[in-house]
Amino acid sequence: MGKTFAEKVLAIKSGQSEVVPGQIVIVQPDHLLTHDNTAAIVGKIGGDLEEYGVARPEMPVIILDHVVPAASEKTAQNHKTTREFVAKHNIPNFFDVGTGICHQVLVEKGLALPGSIIVGSDSHTCSYGALGVFSTGIDRTEAAALLLRGETWLRVPETIKITLKGKLNPMVSAKDIILSIIGDIRADGAGYCAVEFHGNIESLSIDDRLTIANMGVEMGAKVAVFPVDQKARDYLSSLGIEESAYQAVWADEDASYLKELVFDLGDIEPVVAFPHTVDNVKPVSTAEGLEFQQFFLGTCTNGRLSDFEIAAEILDGKKIAGGVRLIILPASKEIFEAALEKDIITKLSRAGAMILPPGCGPCLGAHQGALAPGEKCLSTANRNFKGRMGCKEAEIYLSSPQTVAVSAIYGKLTDPRKGGNQ
Amino acid sequence: MKVWKYEDDINTDMLFPGKYTYSCSTAEEIKPHLLEDLDLEFSGGVKTGDLIFAGKNFGCVSSREQPVLGFKAVGIQAIVAKSFARIFYRAAINQGLLLVECPDAVNVFQEGDDVKLDAEAGQIQVGSKILTFPKLPPGILAIREAGGLLPYTRAALKKQKSK
Repeated sequence: MGKTFAEKVLAIKSGQSEVVPGQIVIVQPDHLLTHDNTAAIVGKIGGDLEEYGVARPEMPVIILDHVVPAASEKTAQNHKTTREFVAKHNIPNFFDVGTGICHQVLVEKGLALPGSIIVGSDSHTCSYGALGVFSTGIDRTEAAALLLRGETWLRVPETIKITLKGKLNPMVSAKDIILSIIGDIRADGAGYCAVEFHGNIESLSIDDRLTIANMGVEMGAKVAVFPVDQKARDYLSSLGIEESAYQAVWADEDASYLKELVFDLGDIEPVVAFPHTVDNVKPVSTAEGLEFQQFFLGTCTNGRLSDFEIAAEILDGKKIAGGVRLIILPASKEIFEAALEKDIITKLSRAGAMILPPGCGPCLGAHQGALAPGEKCLSTANRNFKGRMGCKEAEIYLSSPQTVAVSAIYGKLTDPRKGGNQ
Repeated sequence: MKVWKYEDDINTDMLFPGKYTYSCSTAEEIKPHLLEDLDLEFSGGVKTGDLIFAGKNFGCVSSREQPVLGFKAVGIQAIVAKSFARIFYRAAINQGLLLVECPDAVNVFQEGDDVKLDAEAGQIQVGSKILTFPKLPPGILAIREAGGLLPYTRAALKKQKSK
């Protein structure tokens, strides 16, 4: 009997010839991601760190991104505590405020290697599945224990196979794919499971795959993973990572799955997730005209160069509607600079957007771009929970960059296939 | 003992709003904001030994552990749900909080029912009905029984060092 991706990676990494779903294995993750919560994590184990030190200093990857630049004395102190910890324990993989969102930076810096295991004290750690990584979120306490011991347990998950066939239509994007899937199988549809994406993967860019894998957790998935094809190898090579540096793993043809689902990309249309759950998904075409006060284009889901490229194409030479706000947030400094060089930032700014520094920004409501009671925001983020953007009487709707850009021109929900002609 | 009853898909933003995640990390700081956007009566009314009953996918989706720290601090005896989100499930083990995955217990529960839990036996009595729930595998149970992952880790490190 063949094996799934998860069964193979966890067997290799736990030093066993084979493992089965439900089995508990002990692994040493290749990396442990933490961000602004590093201060709280090391705060739990101050005395233990004095006594035992950090088990594997090359394991932690620390990226300050959640409240950057600091918004208060408290958040500034968190950053300071983190820098002191990094210096004291000689942590090589540290990226200070301004580098970007952890899930983009970790990939850009070449730390997400196919076949590796990455755990992170952030639920969107599942993003690296785009590059064939077994990556998943954990809590802060687990991260603290990992710093001390360098190993942890994982339950071998059952796997759901999702086959994507056909091709996307113009102005329909990876975000519409993953929102449609979540709308279909619901927020717990992949609970405790690994999700493998098969089929016409080569039609999806690495940015597309990152968008899709990023939202795996929104359907309860432990990991959401793509095969490492030529496109992925080329991308890694562009980061200076040669094939000899990693060992890609993929499922056997005859692997056994909990469930197999097929989605025809040609059937997918622009969709929007209504408040207050990600699985409350409807076609944009059925809800056109809904008015928004704020539009937000960015985050670890859709803050990449291709997202801003398409938005700039739509908004070039146009203006956003009067009385609405458009917030642009590049996922990393590298993306910001690339967008500057391509004049994308200029086009977006002239269309009426305001540009925020690379980071998580308005997504979690801790600072920047918070909403007032009664306001609605159309966002490219991954969550629309009540209170998420700082106000429980506000509403958050999730969509693709295309839908956000076109809708911002009209100030209301608009099918992106209509284009941005005013 | 009071049972606090909630619906399906209660997410971590409802349990503890994201805007506080970098300003509140101790149990004392967390307590007043517990369930702030879901149930304003909870943080003032909850008492040691109380139970939470909920539908499926409780604790989705973020990695936020503050709700678990908060539930421990206010003395929640256990959370009984149809299912739990995985990071929340793990976070509960790591804080030594008992989670009971038992859809039948949630389905049969009626307002006013007395609830008795026997974690060791994997049994829950709701009103007159006795139901069973799956226990954790032995290695993982040891983490919860040590009072959580940090005490468990400290004991393991101490043992390693003394070898």
